[in-house]
Amino acid sequence: MKKTRRLSLALWCLAGIYLSVICAGFVAPYSFEVQDRLHPFVPPAKIHFFDSSGKFHLRPFVYAVRSSDENPMEYQEDHATRYPIAFFTRGDEYQLLGVFHSQRHLLGVNGPVRIYLLGSDGFGRDQLSRLLYGGRISLLAGLLAAIFSVTLGLLLGSIAGFYGGRLDDLIMRVADLFIVVPWFYLLVAIRAVLPLQMEPAATFLLVIVVIGVVGWGRPGRLVRGVVLSARERNYVLAARGFGASGNYLLRRHILPSTWGVVLTQMAVLIPQFILAEVVLSFLGLGIGEPVPSWGNMLAYAQQYHVLVSYWWMLLPGLAPIPVFFAYHVLADSLHARLQSVS
Amino acid sequence: MLFSRKIPFWVLLVGFVSGLAGQDTAPQDLLRATGEPGKPGGRLVFAERSEPKTLNPVTAVDRPSRDVIRCMIGDLIHINRYTQKTESALAKSWTMSKDGKRFTLQLRRGIRFSDGQPFDADDVVFSFKVYLDEKVHSPQRDLLLISDQPIAVEKLDTYAVRFTFPAPYAAAERVFDSLAILPRHLLEKDYNEGKINQTWNLNITPEKIAGLGPFRLKQFVPGERLVLERNPYYWKIDTKGQKLPYLDELAFLFVPSQDAEAIRFQAGDTQMISGLSAENFAVLSKEQQSRNYKLQDAGPGLEFNFLFFNLNDDIESRLPQVARHQKWFRDVRFRRAVSLAIDRAAIVRLVYQGHGAALASQVAPGNKLWINSALPVPQHSVAEARQLLQSAGFSWNKDGGLMDREGMPVEFSILVTSSNAQRQKMAVLVQDDLKQLGMKVSVAAMEFRSTLDRILQSHDYDATLMGAADTDADPNPEMPVMMSNGTNHVWHLGEKKPATPWEAEIDQLMQKQLITMDHQQRKKLFDRVQEIVAQELPIVCLASPNILVGAREGLGNFRPAVIENYVLWNVDELFWRASGGIR
Repeated sequence: MKKTRRLSLALWCLAGIYLSVICAGFVAPYSFEVQDRLHPFVPPAKIHFFDSSGKFHLRPFVYAVRSSDENPMEYQEDHATRYPIAFFTRGDEYQLLGVFHSQRHLLGVNGPVRIYLLGSDGFGRDQLSRLLYGGRISLLAGLLAAIFSVTLGLLLGSIAGFYGGRLDDLIMRVADLFIVVPWFYLLVAIRAVLPLQMEPAATFLLVIVVIGVVGWGRPGRLVRGVVLSARERNYVLAARGFGASGNYLLRRHILPSTWGVVLTQMAVLIPQFILAEVVLSFLGLGIGEPVPSWGNMLAYAQQYHVLVSYWWMLLPGLAPIPVFFAYHVLADSLHARLQSVS
Repeated sequence: MLFSRKIPFWVLLVGFVSGLAGQDTAPQDLLRATGEPGKPGGRLVFAERSEPKTLNPVTAVDRPSRDVIRCMIGDLIHINRYTQKTESALAKSWTMSKDGKRFTLQLRRGIRFSDGQPFDADDVVFSFKVYLDEKVHSPQRDLLLISDQPIAVEKLDTYAVRFTFPAPYAAAERVFDSLAILPRHLLEKDYNEGKINQTWNLNITPEKIAGLGPFRLKQFVPGERLVLERNPYYWKIDTKGQKLPYLDELAFLFVPSQDAEAIRFQAGDTQMISGLSAENFAVLSKEQQSRNYKLQDAGPGLEFNFLFFNLNDDIESRLPQVARHQKWFRDVRFRRAVSLAIDRAAIVRLVYQGHGAALASQVAPGNKLWINSALPVPQHSVAEARQLLQSAGFSWNKDGGLMDREGMPVEFSILVTSSNAQRQKMAVLVQDDLKQLGMKVSVAAMEFRSTLDRILQSHDYDATLMGAADTDADPNPEMPVMMSNGTNHVWHLGEKKPATPWEAEIDQLMQKQLITMDHQQRKKLFDRVQEIVAQELPIVCLASPNILVGAREGLGNFRPAVIENYVLWNVDELFWRASGGIR
């Protein structure tokens, strides 16, 4: 009972996170690339209920912030006007799910100011919006790369396990090769030969393919192991005895027995691959400016002044933690379930 | 056996006595420095971004090597980094013949190298023989070629030399700055054996290296530090007659990055810093009081950052995509639109946090003698830029994307070096500015070597954002960039003849200023060069950072300059005040 609750909690948590990054356009107050050049490195907005004269307001509000010419990065609140936080405000146009165009945002402020709930970056771009859009890249890249690599692993692993012999040897040696290949150097080499000008979408796909291709070795080996043992089960031998074809055996009896391994592998690999994307972008080998990813956002925190002066720039480093935690719980629960089933 | 053991001793003794006698009796032309008189002693630690590659002045090209070597060498005529004017160094005085071709120098007498050996005209002649030798491949050689003809050097007597220029040469005396006079007694053998390039590397023992600078080599610890010690034979004294330099030791620490440099300074491991980024300047200035150091904005320097498009004409078949983009790049209206759309004020504010200046031409405001102040910095105007593009046949599709006459969307990449965070930031700002014009620009950050390879060798790039800093304020070092056949004519390398009329005009103007003696006349010619650059925009000049420096409290004569090497230029006069705490 307790285990089921943990599983459903993890699933709900992941669903919530994925939904909010998929609908980043709506949830984020602003576009990820609009620069407010007069407000770089603004600290996270203070949300007030009491105004400067001590009067209470039911609706939370923010004040505009200004900096002086001498200290351009030191901001003071201007208490002259209150800007209440509003829901469903009009703002930058975005595309939802690649289809609907809209200008409505979950929340924002009306007026000539912008609300920076998690501060702004060095170009005056909203950190919260970038975190959400960046999550879209990092989380989806992890998910898609895991699907890609597990599919590849499933295909090659089951072929190797089922047919055995030389084919098995060949596929497994290749899998070993992929496990030991220093993928980082591989990526650097790939980036060097690619053209300079690449669409963000193309870079995104490339990152997924590279991470996926490099990562199929481990799930491939696991699947092969499961297939190898399933092949010798009595019901499979019986089916074979009745003249079932190889294809039929794979489809009907053997592959279904791998689902458990595949799902657990997915839950383990997704966070690994999210991290791989973050690392790649952090090193400047992933998706490039102005499109955010958690990795390229975190890259700014490499600079000493950012590290010591603007703590909110470190948030992209914390963002993966709840995601990884949820996946960890998920993998754990799946594993426990599988064991109890078998 | 006995005999042979004794001889060296006698020789040594005699040498020592005569050496002393020479020092005491021969008239010494010492130079009186003008700085505040200080007190001797103490040690100064400074950080370099990497280990020097060599200690050989003939082959050094990298910044750390040059920084270290400059503290160990003397030149004939020196450019005062503070006034940007020339002043006497090893040459006591000089005269120029009326035709502007013959240049006669009187050398200081009774001067010694840091190993105690005397200096005279033979060392000067030897040094220039080495620099001018084609086989040596010294980077200084280019500067000593006037219209492809080398300068000739002859010895008139022990303390006089004459340089003969193949053509009249303006600002001739500036050529001698930082050209180290080499000790013939130590290097002639290596030179004759063709080994001068390999000598004086970092493995050398201190006895085998000598110079005429304020310091001499004491110790080198690979990967960690290089220590110089006071040269007891240095030829400068202060107004009170005390021998310079004041410092006993000057140590260079090797740190990996600009940030590490700032952190080491903040922690007190180093006592002087230059080349601070504006961001680190802001971070460090918060702790000035508590950590007992002082930061200073020395004002605009000579570094300029610029964007340029690939105008090379040798890529038609190799790189058809880039060649296609060149149709836009070659149109001056396109380049002007780009220049107008870039918000230079925002670059100064966001990248330099106000410690910088927007640029109108390639001459930065730090170059007070040569800047054409009549040229206005382009006013940021997207509307005007769009008009220009329209007049050049560009149009916009329904999504606001810019298309050329043939309906091809305007998309290109800007190449930057990944090691420079400030320049990357600048590129992202430019990217956003050009988006306002409907251009789709991607920023490609690459490692320094690959970037340079693409620009100089393969020409495989659309546009590049680069920074450059002249080492001298004079226009002459710009010859290789400005001349259409110059080796650093980056936007279009290897032009056999000027590709455009305005490049031909720049060629003429640069050649003419080279042989014009009158400063006013030269300034007029160079003003026109700047005007053409601002109009035709082979390079779109963006912004120039101020020189931001710092030193521990109590460092006397600390006077940062805006020309390289910003804080070390008067290292011979730096001293610790009592209150500053001698280290």
